[in-house]
Amino acid sequence: MLRYLLSRFWQSLILLFLVSLIGFMMLNLAPGGPLSQFALTPGMTQETLDRLAEQMGLNRPLLVRYADWLWHMLKGDWGKSYRDGLPVLEIIASHLFATLLLMGGSTILSVVIGTWLGISSALRQGSVFDYTTTVAAMVALSIPTFWFGLVSIFVFSLWLGWLPAGNMYTVGDGSFSDYAIHLIMPSFVLALVNVAVWSRYMRSTTLDVLSQDFVRTAKAKGLSPRRVLMKHVVGNAMVPMITLAGMQLPALLGGALVTETVFTWPGMGRLFLDSLGYNDYPVVMGLLMFSAIFVLLGNLIADLVVALVDPRIRLD
Amino acid sequence: MTDTSMMPPQTRWWQSRTVHRFLRNRLAMVGLVLVVGLTLTCVVGPWLLPFDELYINLRARFSPPGTGSHIFGTDPLGRDIAARLFHAGRVSLLVGFTAMLMSTILGSVIGIVAGYSGGRIGAALMRVVDAFLSFPSIFLLLALAAFIRPSPFMITVIIAITSWMEVARIVEAEVRSMRDRDFVMAARMMGLPRSQIMFREMLPNVIGSIIVAASLTVARAILLEAYVSFLGYGIQPPLPSWGNMLNGAQQYLDKAPWLAIVPGTAITLAVSGFNFIGDGLRDALDATSDQR
Repeated sequence: MLRYLLSRFWQSLILLFLVSLIGFMMLNLAPGGPLSQFALTPGMTQETLDRLAEQMGLNRPLLVRYADWLWHMLKGDWGKSYRDGLPVLEIIASHLFATLLLMGGSTILSVVIGTWLGISSALRQGSVFDYTTTVAAMVALSIPTFWFGLVSIFVFSLWLGWLPAGNMYTVGDGSFSDYAIHLIMPSFVLALVNVAVWSRYMRSTTLDVLSQDFVRTAKAKGLSPRRVLMKHVVGNAMVPMITLAGMQLPALLGGALVTETVFTWPGMGRLFLDSLGYNDYPVVMGLLMFSAIFVLLGNLIADLVVALVDPRIRLD
Repeated sequence: MTDTSMMPPQTRWWQSRTVHRFLRNRLAMVGLVLVVGLTLTCVVGPWLLPFDELYINLRARFSPPGTGSHIFGTDPLGRDIAARLFHAGRVSLLVGFTAMLMSTILGSVIGIVAGYSGGRIGAALMRVVDAFLSFPSIFLLLALAAFIRPSPFMITVIIAITSWMEVARIVEAEVRSMRDRDFVMAARMMGLPRSQIMFREMLPNVIGSIIVAASLTVARAILLEAYVSFLGYGIQPPLPSWGNMLNGAQQYLDKAPWLAIVPGTAITLAVSGFNFIGDGLRDALDATSDQR
């Protein structure tokens, strides 16, 4: 167990290193690069640009710059925003809560709905219900999240007037129920794709578990079908889902970015787009790295949980 | 495909049973009809319409669908949405298809090399794949699109750069499992060069999975184009794309909901079509699916 965890930890560290290398190289090799914001300033001459490049250390070899950048990142100095001069980490931290709230709400929804749909269609394999959910899941995967958001706003805010069309809370209110009512629509919109993915996987792992010997044994012992299902099938079918939840993190974060834009949700996604608009290079770079670290951490935690839950790994 | 005798007969993907299974799959047929229908409409449509996609008519702003001969209505500048939709479809489908070709080639080559080499090279390549997968692709896509001057071709390249990993993973796994099969051994003993073993002997045996992945990648590429263009960093107006047609739709949502509904439906139909086809192909290529 300890050896497994250590090797998993090392793998994540190596991946993290690769991620930083790829992220840095891609954004620095892109034409324009870190200076693109200054190049747009009126009256900017090539001479001034060169001097700026020298001040910012941009004329050093790429690998030296990478090492320097990595060292600062490790020390927790992620640079300062071009827009307001605040440290990047501080800015990201102040937008983290909104995104986590949205992702949390949507994850709860997709786990509950997806698990239920998956188990129901596995138990009725080949039925009309099973076929319908299969097709519906595939269509759900094909709907652009932002468009689904626009249509939901049209139906539930503009037409029916049931839910607010955007923002995280009403200015001057900010009570729990106020947050909750603002959270409903964006988290459903963000959950759509994940419900589709989750229900598909849940269906196939449930089918896998149903065909296992221990389920037959449990049935043979005379346990009620309900007990067999709840205790032996669902529990075991959920284990691979933990890994899936980790694997789905990049999609969830990406979806959150788009959902936040449509619903003017004040999270990291909105921050990312605003920073792109301002060519706020350090914040963009910081968010890119932060999201990748977030994903890697999520996957590591998912593996830890699986190792704790699954006796087959625990005994290794 | 002239030297079919070189390939082991049991893995031929065009065996008629596979084709039959695909044709019997109703959903896959729906997908095929959707994709072919939409493509034809977008190619032929603009010639059948009495409007030019760039013709501005401020008097006819915000005409709802069905006004005069505007079947899908007009936009805030009075341009015909149907004409724009078909032109946009050409752009979006072309971008999606080209991005798929690029990422499939890149992913297949990396997958085959990693799978066949194995050992350190294989492991290193697959870690790079994992690292690319750790970035939420929309973040990476937007960051690149914002710093590189966007042209339709660059957008296509950027989409390809962020979506080759799935193909690489699938191909790597298959090639790795095939590395010690008899026909590969035979080829190695005959002294064929590595590149020939990889691309003449092994590639034909994984082409089925590559085609499945490719059809799903088109779907993904069309979606990604829609995302970046919607957010304003993709295909730039006046060139229409399904994504950038939705770009201004949110501010007119109460006044002209068709601005959002029409292009979004087109995207959903096209992407569903490719997903249905990909799923049908996967089932058709899976020899065990007859027993189920």
